[in-house]
Amino acid sequence: MPTTADQTTLHVPQGPALGDAPSRPRPHTGRRARRGKRLLNRSTPYLFLLPALAFMGVGLLYPVCRSVWLSFQDWKLGMAPESAVFSGWENYLSLLRDPNVYTSTGVTLTFAFTVVVLEVLLGVALALLLERPIRGMSLFRTVFILPMMVAPVVVGLIWRFMYSEQFGILNKIAKAVGIGGVPWLSSQEMALTSVIIADVWQWTPFIFILAMAALQSLPASAIEAARVDGANTWQTIWHVKLPLMMPVIIIATLLRLIDAFKVLEVIYIMTDGGPGLSTEILSLHIYKTAFVSQQLGRASALSNLLLLIVLALSVALFVFSKARERQARKVAM
Amino acid sequence: MVEIVLENVAKRFGPISVIEGLNLTMRDNEFTVLVGPSGCGKSTTLRMIAGLEDVSDGEIYINGKPVSHLEPKERDIAMVFQDYALYPHMNVARNMSFALRLAHYDRAEIARRIEQVADMLGIRELLGRKPRELSGGQRQRVAMGRALVRDASTFLFDEPLSNLDAKLRTQMRAELALMRQRIRKNMIYVTHDQIEAMTLGDRIIVMSKGKIMQAGTPEELFKRPANKFVAGFIGSPSMNFFDAELASNDGPLAVVGDGFSLGLPLDAAGRLKAHRGRPITIGIRPTAFQVVADGQSAENAIRAPVVVSEYIGSNSIVMSEIGHTQVTIDIGSDAPIAVGESVQVRVAPEAIYLFDPATERVL
Repeated sequence: MPTTADQTTLHVPQGPALGDAPSRPRPHTGRRARRGKRLLNRSTPYLFLLPALAFMGVGLLYPVCRSVWLSFQDWKLGMAPESAVFSGWENYLSLLRDPNVYTSTGVTLTFAFTVVVLEVLLGVALALLLERPIRGMSLFRTVFILPMMVAPVVVGLIWRFMYSEQFGILNKIAKAVGIGGVPWLSSQEMALTSVIIADVWQWTPFIFILAMAALQSLPASAIEAARVDGANTWQTIWHVKLPLMMPVIIIATLLRLIDAFKVLEVIYIMTDGGPGLSTEILSLHIYKTAFVSQQLGRASALSNLLLLIVLALSVALFVFSKARERQARKVAM
Repeated sequence: MVEIVLENVAKRFGPISVIEGLNLTMRDNEFTVLVGPSGCGKSTTLRMIAGLEDVSDGEIYINGKPVSHLEPKERDIAMVFQDYALYPHMNVARNMSFALRLAHYDRAEIARRIEQVADMLGIRELLGRKPRELSGGQRQRVAMGRALVRDASTFLFDEPLSNLDAKLRTQMRAELALMRQRIRKNMIYVTHDQIEAMTLGDRIIVMSKGKIMQAGTPEELFKRPANKFVAGFIGSPSMNFFDAELASNDGPLAVVGDGFSLGLPLDAAGRLKAHRGRPITIGIRPTAFQVVADGQSAENAIRAPVVVSEYIGSNSIVMSEIGHTQVTIDIGSDAPIAVGESVQVRVAPEAIYLFDPATERVL
């Protein structure tokens, strides 16, 4: 049988059996071949990574580098690339002088932190409420998750219709209960709130799903122990469930924060940044600078600043999950 | 004075009935052990007493007060869980003080109790550590400590030693027995390990398939098992069972089986009358066999060929085949016996247990 023969020949060079003559020095070529093989073994994972790295290089690294380069140029959209003039830090400095940039940053910060706080509070609360087995629970869960699956442009449209002052359902309800028409999107005071409501509607499910998963992976016996120890429902949530869910909640919060800083389509569709600048978040401001004012250099500079903010958040996320991993490893030991 | 009574308690999970009509009284200051194979309903029973499972039918009384509608915290119980169930995010001291903090004990009292219990369990130097920084045995102790600081009227243990390795389990078992001597409280202990049950329990309740097979002291269960299940469950190695037939009326009082014929004590004649000439199950403990020297004739002797021999120093456990039945024989002799040899063993008539093959009840 060939297999047996193979096995015997394989076993021969592995060293002498007990009582055999002392091993002969191995031929030189064998060692070299082995070293080659070891090198190949060690580089295998990187070979597998190569396609993904190439893809990232083309799709991410190049645009980022290009945008950094662009941010130091004075270049208008529609003009020949050769016409770009190196302008040093001018793009960045002009941003600092522009009050609209400050307004826009303020709107972005208000938007991002408000939606994330609301989404985390609502998502976690919903997960805690719906944790218990109730009839038809799986249906509820699916319904709650739906908004997240709708394309952002569609979300923008849905809410624009609902907010519409003439035929929107919200104002119909408002009128029916006697409040009168609410200028959802047309007043400077209301617009940002309306946009925030739409985002909370769309992204609370994200927190909900993660919080739910965290809840279901909690050690059931620790929660039972809390019941035996005399904790009521609220105390169990506060002292046991929430602290144990915290790692997941923090990661979900950071992910949402990163996303909230980059939001564009929903607001673009709903208000296009208006009225005035009341909902002009940074990404929209960048979009307008690049494609309306056609100042590509300046838009690149601004998008690099936004990139820095998001990068800082991502680093925080990375550091946090690393720390968790270290802790988890300690547990395993 | 705390007495726990289960009255016609039943537990059903959907259409599956786990426990049916369970009646049980646990007296004050008693260490009660619920023992049985996995799936026998012992843990479910404990969890119903704790209030972690609803009772489908019947009632549980603690001190004469019906409690099945009460929350666990209203039952004055403390519990040690199989996987310890420590709060992973709290250090040992906070784990232990959790219940006391919820009950608004003042700080000095909490500190005093924790110190006292920590000293008793030898975990004082661990108080600042998180559960993940503890070994299995240490977690076990902390779980025990968390229950003890409560000073509850009843302590429930749900297989607390089953996650420990064999050596640690023996050690913790001894410590539990020691702790038991110091704390005279109601304790209900669930285990599948009959040795734990025998060594710890004042009273043992053997369960199978959601029913109580027998309740009694360790000695009662070992010496006077009520049925074949208890006889086979209690004692290690377990009892050997043979199918046999009781000799008919005209012969001597004896059981005849495949490869053996054994005389029975004469005083058994009365209660066996109805079974004369009918099939019967007999049970003999591995330790009940006595080796008889070759060539020497003896009453009730059987020749047993050695199929497997496990020499463990102080004695040998021999697997043999008598007729077509596998038999375990504990041979006290300290000389190993080789496979292929055979030994002649004798069984005292009083050491033979008789069971009705249909009802499996002892005769």
